[in-house]
Amino acid sequence: MLVVVLAAIAAPLVSPYDPIQQSLRERLKGPTWFPEEGRQRHLLGTDQLGRDILSRIIYGSRVSFVVGFAAVVIGGALGGSLGLLSGYGGGIVDEVVMFLVDGQLAFPFILLAIGIIAVLGPSFGNLIIIVGLSGWVTYARLVRAQVLTIKEREYVLAIRGLGGSTWRILARHIVPNTLAPFLVVTTLELARTILLESTLSFLGLGIQPPTPSWGGMLNEGRGYLDSAWWISAFPGLVLMLTALVVSRVGDWLRDVLDPTLRGA
Amino acid sequence: MQGFAGFLTYRLVRMLIALWSVVTVVFVVMRLSGDPVPLLLPPDAPIAEMERLRSEMGLDRPIYVQYGVFIGQVIKGDFGRSIHFRASAMSVVWERVPATLELAFASFLCAIVVAIPAGILSAIRRGSTYDTIVMGVALVGQAAPTFYIGIMLILTCSLWLGLFPTSGRGDWRHLVLPAVTLGAFAMASIARITRSAVLEILRADFIRTARAKGLPEFWTIAKHTMRNAAIPIITIVGLQLGNLLGGAVVTETIFSWPGIGRLAIQSIYSRDYPIVQSCVFMTAAMFVVLNFLVDVAYGILDPRIRR
Repeated sequence: MLVVVLAAIAAPLVSPYDPIQQSLRERLKGPTWFPEEGRQRHLLGTDQLGRDILSRIIYGSRVSFVVGFAAVVIGGALGGSLGLLSGYGGGIVDEVVMFLVDGQLAFPFILLAIGIIAVLGPSFGNLIIIVGLSGWVTYARLVRAQVLTIKEREYVLAIRGLGGSTWRILARHIVPNTLAPFLVVTTLELARTILLESTLSFLGLGIQPPTPSWGGMLNEGRGYLDSAWWISAFPGLVLMLTALVVSRVGDWLRDVLDPTLRGA
Repeated sequence: MQGFAGFLTYRLVRMLIALWSVVTVVFVVMRLSGDPVPLLLPPDAPIAEMERLRSEMGLDRPIYVQYGVFIGQVIKGDFGRSIHFRASAMSVVWERVPATLELAFASFLCAIVVAIPAGILSAIRRGSTYDTIVMGVALVGQAAPTFYIGIMLILTCSLWLGLFPTSGRGDWRHLVLPAVTLGAFAMASIARITRSAVLEILRADFIRTARAKGLPEFWTIAKHTMRNAAIPIITIVGLQLGNLLGGAVVTETIFSWPGIGRLAIQSIYSRDYPIVQSCVFMTAAMFVVLNFLVDVAYGILDPRIRR
């Protein structure tokens, strides 16, 4: 995990080659450790345009993490504040927010994403917004449930009785108590957004070539599976491991921070 | 049955509301995207021609009238004509429904048949090597993106081992790889939930009683445990059904499976919006109807749910 993040930040320094530099003489070369290929200069081989796979994976991690983090921030901010509002405010606000939640859960989000991208066109900004919007429901429900229990606790009632303002209660008591589960969900959401981004890129609806993204690389390599399986195999492997590690971190955080959430 | 009928009505109303919100979202997105007229006509079309088409499509009327007309068309199943196929969009999509349902059903079956026994066995032999391996595979299965599983299956099973065809629809051999690919995530989730549900029940007092009275272990598991572990398993199975329909888009694209999902992606590329709309609506409708059926099954199995 740390390695991937560091690699994403320091991409220009650690990449052995320029990720979009084409070199037709070097196209479809196998990885270094291939026995029959002879001496190779590319550790994980090259793709159909002679671009270095390792460099593209490293640069692709930037896309995954930028979109992933941005989407989590959008989803978390929107879902968190709506959850807070509906949990603390109750009444009509609560009804409206819960209606929106049910609406979004009523059909698979990827369809909506496809529909929106079909109309608005694929771009970096649209991608971040769509992936971000996909996650707000989870936060909203979590925060709402959390707020509903906390606001009835004796100490919150006591503060209100003593004349503490709503803002003070929210900022000093409710938000800090919601933070731990929020953090856990954020980590799990990060894994999900990274997967969603690569799925959309794989379908050609996300990051557009020549910018390297893991999903896009898998898609490009699909046509060359027969002759050059490494084009698809390595980006996918990295993607899978990243998602696995991020969600393991989430599970671990959950166990450490809030044992009551286990199995949720 | 009064309570159950009420429960059904409640679910039915919710189902209709869900469909209505899908339609509204589609409408809003379409209007947000701007004027479709320049897309439909050649760039050098005269202004008068554009105006004519605009009023023909009803785009010059107030937005609420357009919304009303749109809802009316949706109820009649009329999503306009496909630009690419030169036929009514709904009929083009309708032809693809059997393929998608076949795939979804096969992968669903595949997921259940593998996952539930695997999960039960895992729970019984908790901590064994078998348990560790199965749960490890399930964990990876949940983290691996559908398209990666699909591509790796094509690579290993089709290209290297030559067991199955790489793409297309035909006899059962064409179905195997897409079904496994699409079912993988559901399989992993169902196996994990089954394991934890069974573990939970195995700790209950009545299981200890059953064992104490000398009931063979097999019957303890089969009768007492499974009946009680069924509810969480059915919940996750229902949830996974929806994911299957969403994942069908990816799987169909990888395996060139002629279903709705692939049609939707192709239509986005060819800018055939009536088809995209119909695909989105059709999948949403299938999703909502399936959810409704799951809810009904749920209500039958667990009387406490009926409200």
